[in-house]
Amino acid sequence: MAVTVRIPTPLRKLTNDQETVSANESRSLAELIDALEEQHPGLKERLCDETGELRRFVNIYVNGEDVRFLSGLQTPIEAGAEVSIVPAVAGGTGEAAD
Amino acid sequence: MSFTSALRCRECKREYPLDPIYVCDFCFGPLEVVYDYEAMRQALSREKIERGPLSVWRYADLLPCEGEPVDICAGFTPLLKAGRLGEELGLRHLYLKNDCANPTWSFKDRVVTVAATKAREFGFGTLACASTGNLANSVAAHAARAGLEAIVFIPSDLERGKIVGSAIYGPTLVAVDGSYDEVNRLCSELAGKYPWAFVNVNMRPYYAEGSKTLGYEVAEQLGWRAPDHCIVPMASGSLYVKIWKGLQELAKLRLIDSVHTKMSGAQAAGCSPIVSAWEAGTPNIRPVRPHTIAKSLAIGNPADGYYALQVMAESGGFGVAVSDEEVVEGIQLLARAEGIFAETAGGVVISGLKRLVEAGRLGRDEVVVAFITGAGLKTQEAVTEALSPPLHVQPTIASFEQALGERSGVGTQRTADRAS
Repeated sequence: MAVTVRIPTPLRKLTNDQETVSANESRSLAELIDALEEQHPGLKERLCDETGELRRFVNIYVNGEDVRFLSGLQTPIEAGAEVSIVPAVAGGTGEAAD
Repeated sequence: MSFTSALRCRECKREYPLDPIYVCDFCFGPLEVVYDYEAMRQALSREKIERGPLSVWRYADLLPCEGEPVDICAGFTPLLKAGRLGEELGLRHLYLKNDCANPTWSFKDRVVTVAATKAREFGFGTLACASTGNLANSVAAHAARAGLEAIVFIPSDLERGKIVGSAIYGPTLVAVDGSYDEVNRLCSELAGKYPWAFVNVNMRPYYAEGSKTLGYEVAEQLGWRAPDHCIVPMASGSLYVKIWKGLQELAKLRLIDSVHTKMSGAQAAGCSPIVSAWEAGTPNIRPVRPHTIAKSLAIGNPADGYYALQVMAESGGFGVAVSDEEVVEGIQLLARAEGIFAETAGGVVISGLKRLVEAGRLGRDEVVVAFITGAGLKTQEAVTEALSPPLHVQPTIASFEQALGERSGVGTQRTADRAS
């Protein structure tokens, strides 16, 4: 059974406006992201920074669980898993405090 | 007319039009409203603000709205000198910003009046939110006022007062079996699917600006000066960050002198990811699973935590976390010393303040403002057990005096003194 990946609005330009995409099970989330990058070039850059770590404002959930409670990028992605990519909803201080 | 020109990514600085969007397409950084502060400075004065309405809308020039406000008179709440509490704690100039005195009894009316106004400008027919309770109350009320549909999502284990406080306005109330963080994730995903104005998702760049008004008001009420020290409850960290932003903006606009305010933030120990990161000296927030009676602060994955840590470092403030027992003690201390019945977040602030004073973090002569963000009738469950039950008496003097004597021994003595 394949893995379902839910794509947030800001990334749907890279997935032809698809809300979900399918991928194969992977030994780790990092591998899944590499596989998604093959199918949808540009996706990895949006999720990971230059050092390969998840960007600060990206939350990824595997079967509803924040991967930071699991094994982060090393979290195994089993067949049938549902993976959600959800942007954090932050505010900030703006230029007034710069 | 507002002085806004665009949205801009806080992180990579890419600009976007003023649309109902909230994250940078490129780096997922938060989008923020860009203001023309130069033009704002020309247009604004203390006198102009002072002539304005007794609500957050006296600061309309500093907010990102164009249309007629959706207004149930949020804001311009009392700033009280807290003499008795100050004496108890050892602070000579302690003030309480009492945001219990908002139309739905919490500071959330400040953000929702802005978000609802903006949602109507954008032409949305439905106002929605993910909430720990207070926000749901305010969204439901403002939607009613504006004639918009409301659909509000809350964790199913909320206090009764917060559920009733939403349901009364007639929204579609959705109780989710899960934590606030799970409710928030669900809403983030729904926001991509339904054409609704989620005030704290796709309206967030505008919504969050409403919290700045707490900073403006405190400065104005202190006679146009920033306090020396603020202590603010932290959930997502947004309120804390925006109070700082509000003070900085007033200085930038030369409405007050430069700001030297130390910003301290308080959390419940059962959910203190921001304070933990501050104590560890790391900018990386580690999410937690909340276990605290302070449900309004029970956000385990605080979206603005990263920025809150920046403000804490920049301003020289402190992080402080208190136990659930201290939350209850704080609520009681505030009520008994000053006559203000706060919800659990207020207990967190007062006990946090007590801890900071005991640790020598605050000077006795500093002008300190404690932010009391919501009213206690909403979270009665938290304190009920800690309170004495009423004296139960028959309608006779004898019955009353007997009961009073059993309770304390003091009351009958006093009666006897007066009789003699």
